[in-house]
Amino acid sequence: MEELENSLGKLRQCFRSGRTRSVAWRKNQLRAVLKLIHDKEDAIFEALQQDLGKHPVESYRDEIGVVKKSANYALSNIKKWMAPKKQPVPLLFFPSKGEVLPEPYGVVLIFGSWNFPISVALDPLIGAISAGNAVVIKPSEQAPACSSFLANILPLYLDDSAIKVILGGANESEQLLQHKWDKIFFTGSPRVASQVMTAAAKYLTPVTLELGGKCPAILDSLSSPSDMKVAVKRIVGGKWGACNGQACIGIDYVLVEDKFKSTLIEILQKYIKKFYGENPRKSGSISRIINKNHFERLQNLLKDPFVADSIVHGGSLDEEALYIEPTILLNPPLNADIMNEEIFGPLLPIITVDNIRESVDFINSRPKPLAIYAFTKDETFKRQILAETSSGSVTFNDVLVQFLCDALPFGGVGQSGIGRYHGKYTFDTFSHEKTVMQRAFFPEMEPRYPPWNDFKLKFLRLAYEFDYLGILLLMLNLKR
Amino acid sequence: MNISMELLRNFSSVGAGASREFSYPFTRKTKQRQLSFVYLSRTSYSFKSCSATLSLTAEVEEKPKLDVDKAALLARELRKTFNSGRTTNYEWRMSQLKSIEKMLEEKENDITEALYKDLSKPGLEAFVAEISQVKSSCKLALKELSRWMIPEKVKTSLTTYPSSAEIVSEPLGVVLVISTWNFPFLLSLDPVIGAISAGNAVVLKPSEISPATSLLLSNLVEEYLDQSAIRVVEGSVDETTALLEQKWDKILYTGSARVGRIVMAAAAKHLTPVILELGGKCPSVVDSNINLQVAVRRIIYGKWACNNGQACIGVDYIITTKDFAPKLIDALRYELEQFFGKDPMESKDMSRIVSSSHFARLASLMDDDLVSDKIVLGGQRDVNQLKIAPTILLDVPEDAQIMQEEIFGPLMPILTVEKLEDSFKIIQSKPKPLAAYLFTDDEQLKKNFVQNISSGGMLINDTILHVATDGLPFGGVGESGMGSYHGKFSFDAFSHKKAVLYRSFNADASIRYPPYTTQKQRLLKAVINGDIVSLILALIGR
Repeated sequence: MEELENSLGKLRQCFRSGRTRSVAWRKNQLRAVLKLIHDKEDAIFEALQQDLGKHPVESYRDEIGVVKKSANYALSNIKKWMAPKKQPVPLLFFPSKGEVLPEPYGVVLIFGSWNFPISVALDPLIGAISAGNAVVIKPSEQAPACSSFLANILPLYLDDSAIKVILGGANESEQLLQHKWDKIFFTGSPRVASQVMTAAAKYLTPVTLELGGKCPAILDSLSSPSDMKVAVKRIVGGKWGACNGQACIGIDYVLVEDKFKSTLIEILQKYIKKFYGENPRKSGSISRIINKNHFERLQNLLKDPFVADSIVHGGSLDEEALYIEPTILLNPPLNADIMNEEIFGPLLPIITVDNIRESVDFINSRPKPLAIYAFTKDETFKRQILAETSSGSVTFNDVLVQFLCDALPFGGVGQSGIGRYHGKYTFDTFSHEKTVMQRAFFPEMEPRYPPWNDFKLKFLRLAYEFDYLGILLLMLNLKR
Repeated sequence: MNISMELLRNFSSVGAGASREFSYPFTRKTKQRQLSFVYLSRTSYSFKSCSATLSLTAEVEEKPKLDVDKAALLARELRKTFNSGRTTNYEWRMSQLKSIEKMLEEKENDITEALYKDLSKPGLEAFVAEISQVKSSCKLALKELSRWMIPEKVKTSLTTYPSSAEIVSEPLGVVLVISTWNFPFLLSLDPVIGAISAGNAVVLKPSEISPATSLLLSNLVEEYLDQSAIRVVEGSVDETTALLEQKWDKILYTGSARVGRIVMAAAAKHLTPVILELGGKCPSVVDSNINLQVAVRRIIYGKWACNNGQACIGVDYIITTKDFAPKLIDALRYELEQFFGKDPMESKDMSRIVSSSHFARLASLMDDDLVSDKIVLGGQRDVNQLKIAPTILLDVPEDAQIMQEEIFGPLMPILTVEKLEDSFKIIQSKPKPLAAYLFTDDEQLKKNFVQNISSGGMLINDTILHVATDGLPFGGVGESGMGSYHGKFSFDAFSHKKAVLYRSFNADASIRYPPYTTQKQRLLKAVINGDIVSLILALIGR
């Protein structure tokens, strides 16, 4: 505990010294992140393989590539982001200057997650650095190889008087939360997020919470068979392709009209086979379950006999290898756990409806998810989904790719989170936007000051309407 | 009084004399009037006075108390309204905003009267600081809403080609606005306007410490606005607690840091995002190279003419150089007399202290042994009228209570330093304030101040005005709060900005899908980096 106090004290001192605020420092750190990613690519592949059985292509696509892209984007834009934004000021206050100037919060805390242990730690780090903060990263202990990697390698590349990695589990997290931070960035579950925010409330620390939810995929009828194939292919990729279902924006369940269910299941099976072969476990292209706890959790979801009955594909489990086969369920009971908590695993329920429009009500009867996916060519339906559902984001006719779009904010609403990041939004999330206004001593507006009288009231009434002509007339004694 | 005489008086460089004619925009009723007591929780009293017997008889009207169950019912009811889609459409939002505009026109006198009852707020201050601001907000929303509601198109990159993307603003749902007592009308309606323009249903909880305004708001909202979607809950701690137990989609709280913590902790249970508009000790650094008279008038404007120091963005204390302090104090003394007359306790142009408990708090700050001998101006007080004269204290010690908490009253400590740069350390040693002010002509000092002092907002060479500028967001940082609003920022504050990506079925890149090969890896690298050259190279197999 004392060691922590010391570390934090030093970080705070470092921030106060102004070290992290210069453009040069920020750019150097960003370049260092790029170098780190480049030099240690193999080590990262290895660590991700160890923690999650992730294939290097997946690791590159979801972790290394993302971090590289973010760092490059930040490097090219940082000067622009740091510049004050001029705002118009009413003529009444002439001559005046008004602007909004971003400044760093100070010392910020980033909680990493275990499913994308590299990118979910480094992507926010890039934003925190670009915004000029000192940073502590607390990676998830459930991904031990990646956490050790971060703890050992980051200090070799980055300025460790301002950027620290602190390892540990729930105890260490609790201890960290007892201290004052200027901002906390958390990725994880709603349950823990609530605890983080409660702890943050003690110090009035602003938080960004990236949570999850049951992200649905709506599959409308697609007249062209090739479109249907592409849609289902993308659904397979969106379920098992990203950390084997253990992703906040991964597809949780699919909604489809009853008459298409057989076609859907058939094509799903076809593509599962195409992507992962007869025995997905041997394919090497699918991640495994992170650990025993989560394995058991998923196993329990299938224990319910009615749920087990609804399995139409897969369902085999191997505890030793922490492997669960890509599993498809057809209409499991809606009151079962599998339809009430975020699955976060390779089980895909298909829920059938009579008319696809019913999906809107279905989704609205559940907490707001982080993402909604809809495969449809019906423009009216698209508009209905947009207007009548609420989620962090909506993607039409594809899955997951909104994550790669730097211009789109990435964040949740309601139970799926508070705040957002990616691209410039990461910079913004770690900045306080300070309003700065400048005035001159001349001219003076007498009616601002007491003693009050009728004339001043008349003047101010006109002033508030920005009725400059009226003011002129009043001053020339021509206004009635 | 002839307007041209007024003109001369008002635009001459120095005001003349203390007595002038003026009239108030309202007439004070001397016959039957409604009085409300402080800490009105669930009953309202109406008094009938009998001049013959000089007695008052009270009629007590019991309002139903809001407990947790009733609060849950209220939240459910509003959620039903919201879910029906009623508040989401443009026409509804505009109709509510127009009603607010109408209400401001028709009830200006009632509003001014309530503010006078609660705070002895002079009519003009009520107009400038509260009514006009709400009018401006409303007008801006009416004018701009259709534009604000348009989704924002954003650029997509090679990585997601072909695609198009936009950010859609959607209402959060049912929001809670908890307001405060010092600008009770403004700080209640301004956020409500933002919430309505963003398409939400709203519950407003005004402060019980300004009971007349609280009651007025309750009546006006009932009379002018859609009851199925917008409600006022009056009450104090119990009622607020009951409300905070419910799940809201956003909470905007204005008030103290202590209660801000409670609000955020309650919000954490439901993962409700919050905006906290708190306060802090807003410093004003004063250099010697300035137009002293103008600077002093603006400081007075930002302290005593602004709800008599009871403002979150009011000047809390001054820092200046040892050499300059005497001149500054003289100028303050002179201008204070111009503004409030020889005996400020008699002036009608100054608000009173809101309640006896705040009065006692301020009195104890003044009576503190460490500072009682530092008073160089003022110090007079009248507990019956709840009035304290503009009081200046020179060189109070850092550990005196008056320098440890937000003063929120007409006491102005002046701290002196050897050179002005030393003031930065003093400010940085305290929690980040909501606003920071600097009066100087020195460009380098201005730059240093802006770069090195962190506060919600800052204003150079003036006070307060930055919050009256629509284009500038109003909010705090650290202990002074989180989040911001005003102008379009209010609309944004109460909206969820939903990211929407449109993709097509064409050009489906197989590199996305397993089985993963080295070739796919190379292609993927190129695509993710948006790097056309690598992409081409990868495609041709290099």
